Amino acid sequence: MTTQAMPMTAHPDPLLRPGNTNCAGCGMSLGLHWIDEILGSERPYLVIPACCGIVTAGAYPTSAYGVPTAAATFASAASYATGIATVAALNNEHHPVICWTGDGGTYDIGLATLSAAAERNEDILYICYDNEIYGNTGGQRSSATPEGVVTTTTPRGKGERKKNMMAIMAAHRVPYAATLSVAHREDFLRKVRTALSTKGFRFLLMLSPCPTGWKSEPDQSVELIRAAVGCGIFPVFEVFDGDRYVINVPRDGTPIEDYVEKQRRYSGLAADPSRLRAQIDDQWRMLERMIHSGRPHV
Amino acid sequence: MGRALVTGNHAAAWTLARAGEANRIARGCAGGAYPITPQTEIIEHLRNFAFTKGRIVPVESEHSAMGVCIGASLAGARAFTASSANGLSYMTENVFAAGYYRLPIIMVAVNRALGPPWNIWVDQGDSLALRDAAWMQFYTESHQDLIDTILLAFRVAEDPRILLPAMIATDGFISSHTTMVADLPDQEQIDAFLPPLNVPHRLRFDHPATIGGLTWPRETEHLRHAIQRAMELVPTVYAEAQDEFERVFRRRPHGAMEPYHTDDAEIVLVACNTMARTARRVVDLRRAQGQRVGMVQAKMFRPFAGQALRNAIGPAKRIAVLDRNHSPGAGGVFWQEAVAALRSRPDVLVQDYIVGLCGGDVTPDVLERIVDDLSARADAVEPIWQEVTA
Repeated sequence: MTTQAMPMTAHPDPLLRPGNTNCAGCGMSLGLHWIDEILGSERPYLVIPACCGIVTAGAYPTSAYGVPTAAATFASAASYATGIATVAALNNEHHPVICWTGDGGTYDIGLATLSAAAERNEDILYICYDNEIYGNTGGQRSSATPEGVVTTTTPRGKGERKKNMMAIMAAHRVPYAATLSVAHREDFLRKVRTALSTKGFRFLLMLSPCPTGWKSEPDQSVELIRAAVGCGIFPVFEVFDGDRYVINVPRDGTPIEDYVEKQRRYSGLAADPSRLRAQIDDQWRMLERMIHSGRPHV
Repeated sequence: MGRALVTGNHAAAWTLARAGEANRIARGCAGGAYPITPQTEIIEHLRNFAFTKGRIVPVESEHSAMGVCIGASLAGARAFTASSANGLSYMTENVFAAGYYRLPIIMVAVNRALGPPWNIWVDQGDSLALRDAAWMQFYTESHQDLIDTILLAFRVAEDPRILLPAMIATDGFISSHTTMVADLPDQEQIDAFLPPLNVPHRLRFDHPATIGGLTWPRETEHLRHAIQRAMELVPTVYAEAQDEFERVFRRRPHGAMEPYHTDDAEIVLVACNTMARTARRVVDLRRAQGQRVGMVQAKMFRPFAGQALRNAIGPAKRIAVLDRNHSPGAGGVFWQEAVAALRSRPDVLVQDYIVGLCGGDVTPDVLERIVDDLSARADAVEPIWQEVTA
């Protein structure tokens, strides 16, 4: 009798095949499986710039991705995807074009490319798995790294706050933008479904636990994200047309300590809980302003 | 269309658009458009062309213009764009990617000096800086040559034996913004000349692969060597394309190294782009005076058509290479290539002349002085800067 790997999804060739090189506890693994679950029999084109996600693919001639995948230059996910989506549309193909990118390729080097594709409202689903660090190169700060976090290039802790990527994307008035929590499966699945059934540019931001970079325990990844959502440092919400904001999971008063104390990266001078709490309150005040100033829900 | 008075930019755009349109029976065409002087009119025209099955995307940078071309080509479409100078530099990372991906993307490079200082005039240094990028490079001397070479480049680039991108260079302003009479080919002719494109390694669902992912050193070296082998085949495939071109268009396009009166020449000028046309005139002037001067239009720069150059110079023992470019610390780039190609001919004196750098005029007078200098020269010396050291 032969042993067969348990298929993770209904179709024979999953988006992310077994035997990939993801670290234990990496948010990418769960994220890709859940996205695949919603895709069902629909097969996407994948565009992956330089990031852990392309390391995941493994070395030639194998690939951990079960769909046609382009490894893009670092800043080019959204431009390659524009070319692919253009040709797919010209040929009446109905394969979604998905960019799967890290925070470096989204917040930093690829921001201009991303902004332009969003402004043109290209028919692309752009997903950033944000581990708040240049993970692939061993853990350097990015503009997605939160204040106070120690990285190899911020040895005393980062002195600047995390860039507000959702506000930037909303300012482009893209049809759909949402944050994804791997601790909130139903909400995650629903928003992937919404994104896949929306035309035009869609942006999903997943806070992606990274035990290697966060100096956390792999088996705590999901719980860490639950704490991030609960304490409000990672708000779970969606934005329609850059205007209508909806909070999907309210913060529940979880102490910020439950999140930061389980990660040794939060050891910088600025990683002071009261300071972080004030920043979280700021962030939520801004979100609530957006909810109240948006067009009434029709 | 037939014969018309057009600018170089119009000629380039006309040809790119119709070459793209010709692929409407396959997966269509696409490209990215970003303005930079002096190529801007090309992308304006492309944006205004009503493609049956095509889209030119107005992107935010040259880097993304090439990114869109790469995505489109990976999806199997005919892809093209145009740029100049700092635009080409900014695009460079994706220029290399396109070559290493083996994508038959076509780009018109309207030559302009790289800044700083800010100088918008012609200099081949911008495209020559990309000589190691696994792209074919062609340099064109007239609007007709530009049109013909763009079409030939599509045909060669898309040949399954080649599958490499191609850059077609033309002089900023001197060519891009001046009018010449040229034969503008009809859509039907271009349809007949360019078969529907098949990118064999395009992204496909029946064989999902990761293109451009990690390869180990040994496999990577094999991939690089395959590019070298394809480059070595280019002169043969180009010559076949010339024959096919002649059959369809009833005209013979220029060869890789196009000689002019070199059969009995004692002195040969090697020149590219509009300098080559000026050189033709100087050859006529000197021949009228009884001096045996010839010239070679150096058209195929990558791969460097060394064998064709050795054949083209004929019996001449004195060669002047005209370089409207400069590699600091080395000299003219065409000269370096010519010297390497003529290493089997120690009897030939090869002298480099840096002329018309950053837009300086290269008039017949300038070239006549070079002919006189070369005639009197006992040995080759370091590159001579026409405006500085001559």
